[in-house]
Amino acid sequence: MFDVDAIRAEFPLLTDRTIDDARLIYLDSGNTSQKPRRVIEVMTTFMEKTYAPINRSSYRLAGEATEAYEGARHAVARLINAPSVDEIVFTKNATEAMNLIAMSWGRANLGVGDVVVLTQMEHHANIVPWQMLAQERGVEIRWIGLTADGQLNLSNLDQLLDGAKVLSFTAMSNVLGTIPPTEQLCAAAHAAGALAVVDACQYVPHNVTDVQAWGADLVAFSSHKMCGPTGIGMLWGKMEILDAMPPFLGGGNMIDAVTYDGFTTAPVPAKFEAGTPAIIEAAGLTAAIEFLEGIGLHNIRQHEMQLTRYALDTLKRRFGDEITVYGPDNVEVRGGVFSFAFRDLHPHDVSQVLDESNVCVRAGHHCAKPLMKTLKVNATTRASIYLYNDEADIDALADGLEGASDIFSF
Amino acid sequence: MPGLEELYREIILDHYRSPRNRGELDSPPATKVDGQNPLCGDEITVYLQLEGSGDNAFVADVKIAGQGCSISQSSASMMTGVIMGKKVGEIRAVSRRFKSMMGLEDIETEAGDGEVDLGDLEALQGVMKFPVRIKCAVLGWNTLTSALDEALNPPE
Repeated sequence: MFDVDAIRAEFPLLTDRTIDDARLIYLDSGNTSQKPRRVIEVMTTFMEKTYAPINRSSYRLAGEATEAYEGARHAVARLINAPSVDEIVFTKNATEAMNLIAMSWGRANLGVGDVVVLTQMEHHANIVPWQMLAQERGVEIRWIGLTADGQLNLSNLDQLLDGAKVLSFTAMSNVLGTIPPTEQLCAAAHAAGALAVVDACQYVPHNVTDVQAWGADLVAFSSHKMCGPTGIGMLWGKMEILDAMPPFLGGGNMIDAVTYDGFTTAPVPAKFEAGTPAIIEAAGLTAAIEFLEGIGLHNIRQHEMQLTRYALDTLKRRFGDEITVYGPDNVEVRGGVFSFAFRDLHPHDVSQVLDESNVCVRAGHHCAKPLMKTLKVNATTRASIYLYNDEADIDALADGLEGASDIFSF
Repeated sequence: MPGLEELYREIILDHYRSPRNRGELDSPPATKVDGQNPLCGDEITVYLQLEGSGDNAFVADVKIAGQGCSISQSSASMMTGVIMGKKVGEIRAVSRRFKSMMGLEDIETEAGDGEVDLGDLEALQGVMKFPVRIKCAVLGWNTLTSALDEALNPPE
């Protein structure tokens, strides 16, 4: 039994914070998730009792702090079934991890005419770093298109991958909710001799993740979308690939030796962790992962599939042709992200009216402007769910849409 | 929803429903400038036809194209009504007065700005209570400012 009330009780903001004397209906977890009490408490306690620099001081307190920081690496490795803890690199966020991949691996391996294959449903974080490389050194970008219901059109995949050096794709679209066949895509990339890069930001918080089963080479994801704090993101990669990559940012912690003539790098993962990292956030991240594991990622996915079904059916039943929800209807291949067009109302107006009843959704292009062009819209309204949402939240969304309908009925 | 009534006043919805001066002008001779709100993806295009020169230049015609929310669209529609036929100096004064009504603090007001008549634009003061939407309300005005600058100092 998945007890949403008990789960929600763990999130102070969702139970205690009110606006206009009413609780918040938070449907923006695709943007960022709320934080459970234990994450907040662990970070506070860590600062009160354990905080110190890591990896550079020999007193006992610093040792404890280092242990906490490295503990987060173990938790992350366990979460995604990484074969080695040393393959987990901490970054500022997932966007930085994507930039690390493009700037480090890309600069070392891509030149004029080399091909990077992306999909039309990528977040800007998996587009712009490659476009920067394209501008810098004439790399060619090819795009996997979409079917009418927002799945990847893989009919010409072999052709697109022919001669490609990289296939980089999202494991779940932040706009459409689409969950592509990640294992198949990684295998196809490898068959073509390409590197398989996965943007797993939207996937990891909501599903059991197994990077080995995927067969991926490099995977980026973030803490703040999975109940952890902001300020820390993750890159996982196969050791032989990470090991061969040049450093990304230079500075403290990432070096082995420095002389007036040059430097040598520390081994992975320190090689990619220049400067003082997000130590407190790492402690919070461990707590977030333990929280999710306690509930079970499998259970979270089951809950969200049921709620996604309910949401798709409710919106269709109540609004019929007045609403267009983008993305696949089959919840086996989509997550709990609902981008929609409601009548001819602008998403800003829709979200404004929803906010009046404390329903928090995102209106805009969702950092996926090229996809908006493909969908032939400037923006959409997007509701996105997580483990703390239930059917009443979806009903509140639908009620709010009725309100928007009333105000703009002309 | 009392707050929303203040935002979505009837006159705003009327301009949203039936935007004034919507369309395009041939460019050249008109000046065409695109404006964007990167936050929401709204796009607006201002077509501006000035006549006369120097201090006597005035708006002979203005058209608005693009897509946006009720606030950005109605604000741009009202703007065209207010600036049509006006001299550049007067338009800049209205723009300053409007932006200061929106609470934009970096606007340097000049003597006489207080008496500028905003007409229908007064209805947008409810936007102040919804800070996220101020960008929507000023999108048309910022684009117009670029269009004025470009029309008066055409790029080589």
